[in-house]
Amino acid sequence: MRQCTFILERRRVKQLTHDTWELVLMALNSQDAAAVNAPGQFVNIALPGKFLRRPISVCDWGKYHLTLLVKEAGEGTKELVRLPPETELDVLAGLGNGFDFAPETMGPAPVLVGGGIGIAPLYGLAKRMLENGQSPRAVLGFRSKADSFYLEEFTALGLPLTVATEDGSLGTKGFVTDVLKELPDCYVLACGPTPMLKAVHGLPNVTGGQFSFEARMACGFGACVGCTIQMADGPKRVCKDGPVFRKEEILW
Amino acid sequence: MVDLSVSLAGVTLKNPIIPASGTFGYGREFAEIYDLNILGSFSWKGTTRDPRPGNSQPRIAETAAGMLNAVGLQNPGMEAVLREEVPNIAKLFRGPVIANVCGFSLEEYAENCARLNDAEQVRILEVNISCPNVHAGGKNFGSDPQSAAAVTRAVRAAAKKPVFMKLSPNVTDIAEIAKACEAEGADGLCLINTLLGMRIDLNTRRPLLANRTGGLSGPAVFPVAVRMVWDVYEAVGEKIPIIGCGGVSSAEDAAEMMLAGASAVEVGAASLRDPWACKKIIEDLPAVCERLGVSKISELTGGAHHGA
Ligand SMILES: Cc1cc2nc3c(=O)[nH]c(=O)nc-3n(C[C@H](O)[C@H](O)[C@H](O)COP(=O)(O)OP(=O)(O)OC[C@H]3O[C@@H](n4cnc5c(N)ncnc54)[C@H](O)[C@@H]3O)c2cc1C
Ligand SMILES: Cc1cc2nc3c(=O)[nH]c(=O)nc-3n(C[C@H](O)[C@H](O)[C@H](O)COP(=O)(O)O)c2cc1C
Ligand code: FES
Repeated sequence: MRQCTFILERRRVKQLTHDTWELVLMALNSQDAAAVNAPGQFVNIALPGKFLRRPISVCDWGKYHLTLLVKEAGEGTKELVRLPPETELDVLAGLGNGFDFAPETMGPAPVLVGGGIGIAPLYGLAKRMLENGQSPRAVLGFRSKADSFYLEEFTALGLPLTVATEDGSLGTKGFVTDVLKELPDCYVLACGPTPMLKAVHGLPNVTGGQFSFEARMACGFGACVGCTIQMADGPKRVCKDGPVFRKEEILW
Repeated sequence: MVDLSVSLAGVTLKNPIIPASGTFGYGREFAEIYDLNILGSFSWKGTTRDPRPGNSQPRIAETAAGMLNAVGLQNPGMEAVLREEVPNIAKLFRGPVIANVCGFSLEEYAENCARLNDAEQVRILEVNISCPNVHAGGKNFGSDPQSAAAVTRAVRAAAKKPVFMKLSPNVTDIAEIAKACEAEGADGLCLINTLLGMRIDLNTRRPLLANRTGGLSGPAVFPVAVRMVWDVYEAVGEKIPIIGCGGVSSAEDAAEMMLAGASAVEVGAASLRDPWACKKIIEDLPAVCERLGVSKISELTGGAHHGA
């Protein structure tokens, strides 16, 4: 973990849907962006006037920047996407374990499964897997076409992409599980709302996988046990032992 | 050079700053963040006899200038702490450690304290009495002078180390509780623990915390803590030392807490927002002392009670 200062570049704040934004944060020095070392990690952002930081997954990162996708959920995230130009942000970076995408972990045909804002860390994951010579495919779910985002970005990476929407306005009508259940046995890397994770976890053809969890956090670095959930081998902190957990260890 | 050292019931701390129980684990996470040896001491996570998984999610809610927590005393249990954490703490920190202990019966409090008798690095026992008494319908031990006195008596008889009772602010008259603990031989007091609160989610119309209620801490509680430390200092300040706790987030806050009557100061929620909070406070203390015209920080203790 590292305490970093990032500049929120106003001209690179992009509205993706009615409530979802892409933010690009520029690091003041190269070590700051380098604090992120695995896809699926998150940053914890201090906001003026809010006591607790806000945990946000790293969507992508480079030598001098972080890309975040933020959905307006409440006051804090509404404020974050509307901060004045060139605001300096106090950010704890390099939090959480991230996905383990070593080829030996997951076999030849891993599937990235995302729902809503949960697709954010899967973008950086897909990019790195492809750079690594792996061939993942992606199944992304949204409520409707109007709620979908980042599809061009995923497509540009050059991986097979299937989209599901609840109302059928784009791609397959239904949930990501409706797409997944038609696939041969597979290893998944999943991030999204808890009901989605649970449904994916329960599919008979999902033979293994990693699932990224959310919890209300106070510290984000393992000290307060505010974010603990019960796993097969005892209590685990979502922020420090996770947010990514292996299929075998998860209890619902 | 300002002398930052303070003394708590015969135990010398190189400075008065102590990370508060429940915000510092057993030191492991913060040892990755800064060298723990800068600290006066630290108070470890409230430890019970048996391992406790804690409450369901969500356990955390935000408030104006603070937070609610309903962790539910999640801890690995005394056995595991003695076996795994105590030897590890010795590698991370050379100073005196404060062991925060809880219990659900008088017997459990006494047993937990007695088991720490041989843990050399543990120099002070901090007895959290904001715990439900399973033998009294779940009423908190800290909620009336009689039961607070009973816990003090039980732990004083079992422990070979200084015992500091950690008081709950959820009472009408905290000075009465303080007097009852002092009368039973408490070597010191620590206050305040969290204030009971709750939040309701407007969308679901249900309490935000799975446990319904949680403990409020952070800057929001600072004036409450200062007032209670003041009251307790008036009541027992001549006899036993007080560790002031609640909402401290700067060196100025620490000095204010000491002027109200604290001999040392615990910092809790502030470290959760800013992991370097204690380090910054310690670094800022000398300048604050100079501004206040004291060469020994211990001279601040109770300073607001004397003089014009
Ligand atoms: C590991 C992790 C990664 C995340 N990644 C992203 C992401 O990439 N993009 C994104 O838009 N959101 C993400 N979230 C969710 C995001 O943290 C919350 O939406 C945000 O904290 C809400 O804050 P608020 O002030 O807008 O809402 P409020 O509801 O007003 O927040 C009040 C409090 O509740 C907490 N809280 C509320 N909702 C959540 C939630 N779902 N999870 C955790 N804490 C919550 C807040 O942090 C704050 O302390 C992530 C959460 C976690 C735990
Ligand atoms: C997440 C969390 C966990 C806590 N756990 C304990 C505990 O186990 N035992 C205890 O005596 N106090 C516990 N406390 C209370 C703190 O030690 C402290 O008394 C209180 O938070 C007020 O100080 P603050 O405002 O600086 O946080 C906890 C507080 C927080 C925020
Ligand atoms: S949020 Fe504090 S331990 Fe996870």
